[in-house]
Amino acid sequence: MFLPCCLAQTNVLSVGSLKKVEAKAGATLNVRIPVLLKPGYHINSNTPSEAYLIPLRLTWEPGPLQAAEVVFPNAHMEKYEFSPNPLSVFTGDFELVTKFKVAANAPNGPGMAVGKLRYQACNHNSCLPPKTLEIKLPVVVQ
Amino acid sequence: MFVLRSGWFLPAVVIALMIGFINFEKSHSFRNSVKAASLKADKERKTAPEFELKDADGKTVRLSDYKGKVVLLDFWATWCGPCKIEIPWFIGFERKYKDQGFAVIGVSMDEEGWSVVKPFVSELAINYRILQGSDTTAQLYGGVDALPTTFLIDRDGKIAATHVGLAGKDDFEDGIKKLVERPSAGLAGRFVPAVLFGAN
Repeated sequence: MFLPCCLAQTNVLSVGSLKKVEAKAGATLNVRIPVLLKPGYHINSNTPSEAYLIPLRLTWEPGPLQAAEVVFPNAHMEKYEFSPNPLSVFTGDFELVTKFKVAANAPNGPGMAVGKLRYQACNHNSCLPPKTLEIKLPVVVQ
Repeated sequence: MFVLRSGWFLPAVVIALMIGFINFEKSHSFRNSVKAASLKADKERKTAPEFELKDADGKTVRLSDYKGKVVLLDFWATWCGPCKIEIPWFIGFERKYKDQGFAVIGVSMDEEGWSVVKPFVSELAINYRILQGSDTTAQLYGGVDALPTTFLIDRDGKIAATHVGLAGKDDFEDGIKKLVERPSAGLAGRFVPAVLFGAN
């Protein structure tokens, strides 16, 4: 039975709990962001194999931490009924690593790094609209 | 025997069976919803909600413009792989059944609008009308979060079938054939060609 009320609220991806980051001004650090994807779904990797597909993106707003680079895991090449060629995707649970630099003049004390994770998920025969998930990473500059 | 003497065993079995039955029902229903959505009986069909959307030329299009026609209403997007499989089928249906009072309407759910939709329409040589969708229209049709979602609407403007996800080409065509063969209930016994209703 088609359940429009439930489909309209489908949310298949979430970010795991994030520990507070403690860092000194001027330091560099790697932060792991756990991503949890519902079984049966995949999201396009950061480098999709088809031009029409929406890639996974993680961006960070300017703040106490400055993102220098986001490192994605190795993507899987998976074949689906709806695509003649295998697609570059992520499935299951995985981690994104962001390499941060703490500004040399960052004020001491607590703050928040805010990231945006944009993704587009499909299962074997249908796709969900692209979504942007906000990530809040508590930070203490010492 | 221990298990029979224990007071918890029978209730546990009953609960386990109930959970199993519920899970079976859920998975079975899901399969039915994404596969062969056979035509509903007339009395079970609900009126397709009226909408008012713009086409690529900026012209306002309403579902009621298609009164008397069988309509395949397809919610899709350029980033949707399964949608790209179905669209060539719909191009074929439009060509094959257009003269029998049938029309395909594609409702794009792309956030970027015509800047991405127009090149896509040209690339696939889509021969049916494409409209820019809206959240309001999607809500009218039950949310339409999973794409493709396709509705087959009969000549009386009622939803005869709903396909969520990539369905079979034959499932669509079987439904279209049955619907175009039937005159509108309001015109039963005095069939009027749908072309007289003036929809493109």
